[in-house]
Amino acid sequence: MGVAEKPLADVRADFPVLDREVNGKRLVYLDSAATSQKPQGVLDAVEDYYRRHNANIHRGVYSLAREATELFENARERVAAFAGWDTTDTIFTKNATEAINLVAYAWGREHVGEGDEVLITHMEHHSNIVPWQLLCEERGARLRYLSVSETGELSLDELDAVLAEGRVRLLAVTHVSNVLGTLNPVAEVVRRARVAGARTLVDGSQAAPQLPLDVREIDPDFYAWTGHKALGPTGIGVLHGRHELLQSMRPFLGGGDMISKVEFDSSTWNELPWKFEAGTSPIAEGVGLGAAVDYLSALGMESVRAHEKELTGYALACLPEVDGIRIFGPPDPERRGGVVSFALDGIHPHDVAELCDREAVCIRAGHHCAMPLMRMLGVPATARASFHVYNSRADVDRLVSALQAARRVFAL
Amino acid sequence: MEALYRDYILEHYKNPRNYGTLDPHDLEFHDHNPLCGDELGVHIRVEDGKVADLRFHGQGCAISQAAASISSEELIGMKLDEVARLPAEWAIEQLGIDISPTRRKCALLALKVLRGATTGDASWPE
Repeated sequence: MGVAEKPLADVRADFPVLDREVNGKRLVYLDSAATSQKPQGVLDAVEDYYRRHNANIHRGVYSLAREATELFENARERVAAFAGWDTTDTIFTKNATEAINLVAYAWGREHVGEGDEVLITHMEHHSNIVPWQLLCEERGARLRYLSVSETGELSLDELDAVLAEGRVRLLAVTHVSNVLGTLNPVAEVVRRARVAGARTLVDGSQAAPQLPLDVREIDPDFYAWTGHKALGPTGIGVLHGRHELLQSMRPFLGGGDMISKVEFDSSTWNELPWKFEAGTSPIAEGVGLGAAVDYLSALGMESVRAHEKELTGYALACLPEVDGIRIFGPPDPERRGGVVSFALDGIHPHDVAELCDREAVCIRAGHHCAMPLMRMLGVPATARASFHVYNSRADVDRLVSALQAARRVFAL
Repeated sequence: MEALYRDYILEHYKNPRNYGTLDPHDLEFHDHNPLCGDELGVHIRVEDGKVADLRFHGQGCAISQAAASISSEELIGMKLDEVARLPAEWAIEQLGIDISPTRRKCALLALKVLRGATTGDASWPE
């Protein structure tokens, strides 16, 4: 896509929505962990696809259909390369939730049975909890959780102890926590699980947008992430899977495109990855995600990570200036991604977010789809600020003054 | 002037009336607002088909907690079947401020648990 390498300080101009003003003030968007903003290149790729190439893929013989297929499959190649995995074993889904459900249904139902255990952690997003609850309930299996320490981290000793009992069939863990920011040592977790004979799934929804990613180095059986948090469109997610497992699994959804041959009574399945892509794919969204990973790669994921770390460190240093603030997660920016959850004494997070909005500062308030973790932290909800390439120290300063203004409204 | 966080709203939030639990009680209900994690429960003591006493308890945003506190003062002495029929607009009027669509559930949580306690209906008031 030809994005020149440049210092991240300049990239804000690439994101048209950030030109907006809210309540007469420059917009400060600090909710990228929920969804990221999109650069012009992604908007252009989606529009260009619809304006010039739109046709259904994998079927038509005319030029337009060929172009659409090439654009979509080319995007898959670049997305796979971005994550460090084979194109054939890189499946496009609707989002990370669908990718995890695909594994729970198509792999889980065949391999998890009575007396088996699925092991997850207390810091999972609901998307990496509920599919396993449904699976365990259906199969008579047990869902177990690894605990999270005061500083928001997992214990490898506890992991070893649970694995040693020998009943874990699958371990599913998040790469980066969407609430605490914790950067989990997933390569080591996956290695220990494999030694114990368990299959592994890593939820990379918060990791793929901000870390240099090499799924091959982590080497899980499945790695799921979503496009819209990685500067891409909504409606497109990714599942990377181990080839032999994907080969042996039954399909997840049935329909067009995923078949090789349909008889009256039975069908045979298409090759990978299309076996798991029933129906017309999110074509424009796939093309858009291709443009998003091009944009991120041109910035360089090492630079993206350095930027996130610098900004998180700055936020962790500045936020304590606000009286009555309590910050959750690892204190060391080396061990966390670009997200900071916090609580203010005397103001509920929902009110904090409302008052920040008056200053045109967008933060999230609530349980962040992690109700079990909120219970562990002993709070009903938190406020959360999260960063991406378009944020700067000035944005953190705006957050700090918005929080101070909120305390004044509440006469604290 | 501050349109949402009026002084009396913050005053009720910081010093909620009829806050706590009632033991024994005749009716109770507990619920939460899944969007933001507000939680609210209610205990009601009934005499002669009327609310003889009532306590709300829980934690949440200023709007949800002030709505419970302000309405609690109106509710004591009210007939149960009247409580069961209170419309959503009553709850909004109690607050006396403009409620945006994003804060509507906060404003209605108290009414929701009241309906739950008096009718068993756990749906959101329209």
